[in-house]
Amino acid sequence: MTTTRTGYKWVGTRPVRHDGLDKVTGRARFGADYATAGMLHGAVLRSPHPHARILSIDLTEAAAMPGVKAIITGADLPDLSDEFAAGSEGGINFRDLSRNILARDKVLYEGHPVAAVAAVTLRAAQQAAEVIEVEYEILPAVLSLEHAMEDDAPVLHDDLFTLGLDSEPDRPSNISRRRVIARGDLDAGWVEADVVVEREYTTKAVHQGYIEPHAVVAETGEDGRSTLWCSSQGHFAMRTYTTKVLGWEPGDMKVIPAEIGGGFGGKTTIYLEPLAALLSRRAGRAVKMVMTRSEVFRATGPTSGSVMRIKMGARRDGKLVAATAWMAYEAGAFPGSPIGPGVMTVLACYDIPNVLIEGYDVVLNKPKVAAYRAPGAPMAAFAAESVVDELAEKLDMDPIELRLRNAVTEGVRAVYGPKFRKIGFVETLEEARDHPHYAAPLGPWQGRGVASGFWFNFGGETTATVSINEDGTAVVMSGCPDIGGTRAALAQMAAEELGIDVHRIEPVVADTHSIGYNDMTGGSRVAFAVGIAVVDASRRLIKDMCARAALIWDVPAEEVEWVDGRAQSVTDAAAPLTLEELASGSANTGGPLSATVTVNPRGAGAGFSTQICDVEVDPDTGLVTVLRYTVVQDAGRAIHPDYVEGQMQGGAVQGIGWALNEEYIFDRNGVMENPGFLDYRMPVASDLPMIDTVIVEVPNPDHPYGVRGVGETGIIPPMAAVANAVYAATGKRMQDLPMSPVRVLEALSGD
Amino acid sequence: MLNGDEIDFLCNDYQTLLSALRDELGMIGTKEGCGTGDCGACSVILDGQLVCSCLVFAPEVDGRRVETIEGLAEVDHLHPLQDSFLEGAAFQCGVCTPGFLMAAKALLDRNPSPTETEVRYGVAGNLCRCTGYDKIVRSILDAAARMNEPENRKEAP
Amino acid sequence: MARVFFSTSLQQLTGGLEECEIEASTVRELFAQLEDRFPGIREQLASAAVAIDGDVVPGALLERLEPGSEVHFLPAISGG
Ligand code: FES
Ligand code: FES
Repeated sequence: MTTTRTGYKWVGTRPVRHDGLDKVTGRARFGADYATAGMLHGAVLRSPHPHARILSIDLTEAAAMPGVKAIITGADLPDLSDEFAAGSEGGINFRDLSRNILARDKVLYEGHPVAAVAAVTLRAAQQAAEVIEVEYEILPAVLSLEHAMEDDAPVLHDDLFTLGLDSEPDRPSNISRRRVIARGDLDAGWVEADVVVEREYTTKAVHQGYIEPHAVVAETGEDGRSTLWCSSQGHFAMRTYTTKVLGWEPGDMKVIPAEIGGGFGGKTTIYLEPLAALLSRRAGRAVKMVMTRSEVFRATGPTSGSVMRIKMGARRDGKLVAATAWMAYEAGAFPGSPIGPGVMTVLACYDIPNVLIEGYDVVLNKPKVAAYRAPGAPMAAFAAESVVDELAEKLDMDPIELRLRNAVTEGVRAVYGPKFRKIGFVETLEEARDHPHYAAPLGPWQGRGVASGFWFNFGGETTATVSINEDGTAVVMSGCPDIGGTRAALAQMAAEELGIDVHRIEPVVADTHSIGYNDMTGGSRVAFAVGIAVVDASRRLIKDMCARAALIWDVPAEEVEWVDGRAQSVTDAAAPLTLEELASGSANTGGPLSATVTVNPRGAGAGFSTQICDVEVDPDTGLVTVLRYTVVQDAGRAIHPDYVEGQMQGGAVQGIGWALNEEYIFDRNGVMENPGFLDYRMPVASDLPMIDTVIVEVPNPDHPYGVRGVGETGIIPPMAAVANAVYAATGKRMQDLPMSPVRVLEALSGD
Repeated sequence: MLNGDEIDFLCNDYQTLLSALRDELGMIGTKEGCGTGDCGACSVILDGQLVCSCLVFAPEVDGRRVETIEGLAEVDHLHPLQDSFLEGAAFQCGVCTPGFLMAAKALLDRNPSPTETEVRYGVAGNLCRCTGYDKIVRSILDAAARMNEPENRKEAP
Repeated sequence: MARVFFSTSLQQLTGGLEECEIEASTVRELFAQLEDRFPGIREQLASAAVAIDGDVVPGALLERLEPGSEVHFLPAISGG
């Protein structure tokens, strides 16, 4: 672990987080922990079929059940036309969102909501949902990318025509979009290449796997104004999306953020919220809805399964000279896989002159995918970084050395267009190369792999307020849910600026009626963007306080400076004024001390990670055990290193799960066979070693402390790092995820 | 007996202990992650044994001793596990934390000086998706070391 | 003069042109001029993220362009 550069009092230290006590005592209130007196409970009727037309829905019997207060179906939602959420091309289309919340004329995956019921008890609601009679005309289902892309495949959406083709398509298709990135002269590139590797890779849909299921309590009044308590990655977006789907006004809805029990991208969209709000409106009482784990798996976003073909060529000296990538990502039932970032990131680590990347967004009869940590990048890196490893072997070159010879640096034009600004990729490679882990001895059936990954990171719209209380303590208010220690990080930045103890600052996540708009906690943005706003607000306060001290001392404002939490006269004209004194006397100097700053910052600062993995393969069972793991990542500047390390470790372990065990398994009829933690096996403590971390700090010039996002990049390299390690241990290239014991055994016996 | 207090409550015969705790008694510290015994978020200690409260029917606990997260701290100080989880940053979102703390307590009650491997297996029934377990395992080992320091040992129950 | 780059998808609208120089002092002005030259392109650009000199600039319409600025249009990315 790198010790953080000193010179700061709070930035780079590891204070106990402010919300910690509530979380170790069970007092923290998560989504399902809210209740109001007399509230109803909601349940959802879901489709048993992956693809069917809804012919009729008969609610008569259900409505007559005791305790049932309201029932809604797709017909109760306004029929929206295509409209995309701001800044999310290929992301959220409200028309599709509405149809995913409640099916209209067709169900498109097993688990697709068809109706929702509110009743006095959960049992009554579930029983009523069961007796709703739905008549379906079953349609042939499309369950694989290969099938979905065939010319004569059954089509999910009659009105879906492929975008981005060379000529206008004349009939609907399951391919919603084609994306292409091209540069240079491929033919010349291949001629120059001394070695070429071409391989096909597949990955399965995997779930974000947050431990807290989706939950909401909604209370809608007779006047149509409503309050939602829910856990999400962004309550402002929940309000926007929910009111849009319902045809309500955002100003009429207040969303109170619960603590969030993990999101990883999966809680950036809505599922239950409009159902609960509308049921509450219909029933005139509050309605609580909580998903079961099975519902979470069957009907909330996994990330895409994928098929990728990568071809790369290098000169003898290790220079990569040409590459092609063909990639298809599952979008689920509606368009919008992360194929965009997929094509942009797949080769983004390297400076390759001649490139052709082609990506397809494909719908099929599975749940609509949702964002998952660096959406679209991890599977792409699995493919590309496996090929790089194979090239290194063919060139008889150390795989880190090969990466170093091709690594992008400041000023290099990224494959997706712009030039990189200041980045720390080379630094992560060098740290990995020089780490003792990289040279440690290995035993029989053991192997070591490395891989790297790139992620853009994101800024986003932000409001933050810093206020000083009369006792000189401060409140830092933002509107971004704290998933992993951002309250502490924001308080640390304010403490550094104001010169007061970090625990004299209370960081608060405010509801939609208490602070200006904030984008979601996502895109690794909070320490970066909200950090900028908090620092700026603190600096404005300091300026204000210095001006007030100048007023009190009757000196020009320039003669006052802020040192260690006090206003000091540069000419020693008077004894310093502490924050507390200024705050308690603020009535006489212009009123309360508070500053609000809004920003939409650029320069989020690209993130890179390089990871080293040692595995041991059991040749009898095919079981792959991770023996040692090191994550090297550029954080720009780690504000609270514990939580930076935590992001790196958590991301790496999610990637290890993706590599070794996790996958959606569907039966022939398109029904998910493993919608529970028993059969969808995420890593547990006994599966893993300690996860070593090395925080590289190449400061981001666009943040006052140099912060880059750290939340996402860590999940990108693991699958390739593990696969490369398995190769080193066994001599077998694993091209299909997960590398479950069965698959590994198959590979071992496939000589 | 719930966290040392004699209590009575009414519930339906199909209700789980988890549901009775949360819905009837308002003790929301114990979490539900799956309802099927696979995540450990609902871990409580029943007569000294770690159990998933989602797999125990509420009427079964009649006359028995239940310990939940709400009873872990003393009036004026936290349990050493809570201290070490705080100082060791052993959680990010924190939804798994009550379950991990109870599982770790059950482990240390039984085995006051576990090895890293014993800790890893001791909490193998608990899922955490945020941390990768590194800091959780370190914090449990740290708590064990604190509790074994001579001046603390006599306090241990 | 800003240097504008067109992604492979946008090149369908620019007749294969990969980059061009445009006299514009803001992104809004740039969009208007591009629309004049390549009818229909503005609609495509509306949903794209604008990168100026390597930085994705959110809500960029009113952003000033310096002489020599490099402008790219990318699919919007938000992340998880
Ligand atoms: S809720 Fe009991 S084990 Fe998951
Ligand atoms: S801290 Fe989030 S699940 Fe463990």
